[in-house]
Amino acid sequence: MGERVRWNPRSSACSGTSGFPSREETVLGVTEEKNKQQIPGSDSPAPDPGKDLAGDKASPPKPVVPDPVEPVASPPAGEGDAKPAVPKPPPKKVVPKKPKGPQPEPWSSPLVAAIKEEFPDQVLDSYTFVSQRQVVVKKDRVTEILAFLRRNDVEAFDFLSDETAVHWPAEEEFEMVYMLYSFETHGRIRVKARIKEWEQIESLVSLWPGANWLEREIYDMFGIRFANHPNLARILMPEDWTGFPLRKDYDLRLQDVEWVRKHLGIDSGQKFYVGEARHEET
Amino acid sequence: MQHETLFDSSEIVLSMGPQHPSTHGVLQVKLKLDGEKVIDAECVIGFLHRGVEKLSEHQTYGQFLPTLDRMDYIASVSNCLGFAEAIEKMLGVVAPPRAQYVRVILTELNRITSHLLWLGTHALDIGAMTVFLYCFREREEILKIFENYCGARLTTHVFRIGGLEYEIYDGFEDEVRAFLNDFPSKVDEYEQLLTENRIWIGRTRGVGVLTKEEAIDMGVTGPCLRASGVSWDIRKSNPYAAYADFDFDIPVGEYGDTYDRYLVRIEEMRQSTRIVSQAVEKIPDGPIKAKVGKILRPVVGDVYHSIEAPKGELGYYVVADGSTQPYRVRVRPPSFVNLQSLRQMVKGHMVADVVAVIGTLDIVLGEIDR
Repeated sequence: MGERVRWNPRSSACSGTSGFPSREETVLGVTEEKNKQQIPGSDSPAPDPGKDLAGDKASPPKPVVPDPVEPVASPPAGEGDAKPAVPKPPPKKVVPKKPKGPQPEPWSSPLVAAIKEEFPDQVLDSYTFVSQRQVVVKKDRVTEILAFLRRNDVEAFDFLSDETAVHWPAEEEFEMVYMLYSFETHGRIRVKARIKEWEQIESLVSLWPGANWLEREIYDMFGIRFANHPNLARILMPEDWTGFPLRKDYDLRLQDVEWVRKHLGIDSGQKFYVGEARHEET
Repeated sequence: MQHETLFDSSEIVLSMGPQHPSTHGVLQVKLKLDGEKVIDAECVIGFLHRGVEKLSEHQTYGQFLPTLDRMDYIASVSNCLGFAEAIEKMLGVVAPPRAQYVRVILTELNRITSHLLWLGTHALDIGAMTVFLYCFREREEILKIFENYCGARLTTHVFRIGGLEYEIYDGFEDEVRAFLNDFPSKVDEYEQLLTENRIWIGRTRGVGVLTKEEAIDMGVTGPCLRASGVSWDIRKSNPYAAYADFDFDIPVGEYGDTYDRYLVRIEEMRQSTRIVSQAVEKIPDGPIKAKVGKILRPVVGDVYHSIEAPKGELGYYVVADGSTQPYRVRVRPPSFVNLQSLRQMVKGHMVADVVAVIGTLDIVLGEIDR
């Protein structure tokens, strides 16, 4: 193998996926070079279906067994010799898909209709998955929708079971997930709303005081800020820790070595750390 | 009306813990005191944070199960059951009846050990030493059954996704029956020591009151919620495993104070005994594990499954992206949410009552911090 690309952890910021060298990047770089070197040398001995079909069209047709591989993108006849098409590996056999598991099903009910009537244009989707009911709404009026769900005539969800978030880095979004429970009907419902990574969302503390610590934990783990939260401070991690651990771009081995040095008086020896990126926070 | 005192009262801040025997782990409570009266309290947690949710994203579904045992290490069987069932839901698999029954037996036995540990340490905090020793005597019996079954006493890892790994051993039923025969009289013994005890009543009645509305608003679950008068038990309302097959009652308190929570948990131990004695008599024959592949690959989707753990509602929110590892696992830890209400429960009480309230909440810091 070629030389490994050495990654300097000091050059990386704590946020952003580029912080870590992806294995494909380094490995691919090497293999591509190798391919290029091999191609000129492989003129005569290697069978080259691209050349056969495109370059020597005049030659008598050999009784070639039709190749299952279709020749792809054969170059024009003029420059066929100069740069023969790289034979592509045969396409992988399509593995027959495993028996499908449960699938989401569209869900409509008086409850959804009531939400839609009260909040037109706010409900994006409503479906059930493994018979669990879910409503996807826009983020602007989430608190009002949840307040409505708590006190509506169809089915009152008076208990906030859980509140959490999921990070979707490709869309630069966080998905807020609220799980509600109804003591009356023993039913549950899940309300989801997506916010951009830099956006705020309204706190639920005024509605359910129990959301206080749940939201503090979300802030601690994802860095989502809640408007009108009484005490939005870190709860599980130390107050002066850098980085938000449950974000997808926070590597499992990442550590705030500066914090460790300052508070524990030891050198942690961790290679991946966020200490240098501190000034980029806030 | 404020009476004149001999000395001017002044507020001080007292830091309880994190290395304090009555905080049941590494919990720090910062108390703002006026004399011996608590004006405000703030919990500092996170000393035991190990990043269980982060770890889940780097392990396969099966590998993650033993990690969960380290959350609530007093009731590891419940932790295991919740996650296994959540994934089974996603895979569209149902564990065979024999596995379901063994699951119920082990989970209920685990509930008894959890409540016994709570009772022993709670009583010890308040000053009743004998109960502690008695409780550990009975707890030992159950831990022996666990040890015989799977080789471990606390971090058991008894269940697998799809059912059980081990068939029950010869004599399992007899050992369980022997325990069930003795246990109700032992519960009476604890009650003789405490229920009518004047000191116990003086230290617990009217302490740490949580009304019905407060409890619901704060998200309190489990025995703490039931003591406040809300009759909600997930085993009844949304039955999982084989709980629908058994008769049992939900004990409910009236005043929501520490004494009620004590009574509720004592009664829960009796009800658990009832469930186990029904289950152990009719364990069905058959396989112990449903057909699940060696490589688990749930479809894209998310599921929330919650069970009634000894401390309250233990929920798992699992997001799958179609790979062999979870995309995200959120644990809804009952202790974490319950501890939140400590602040309003201790306001206006004495420092010594803080110890009683922390005890009555039945918290496990391994679960709070995860």
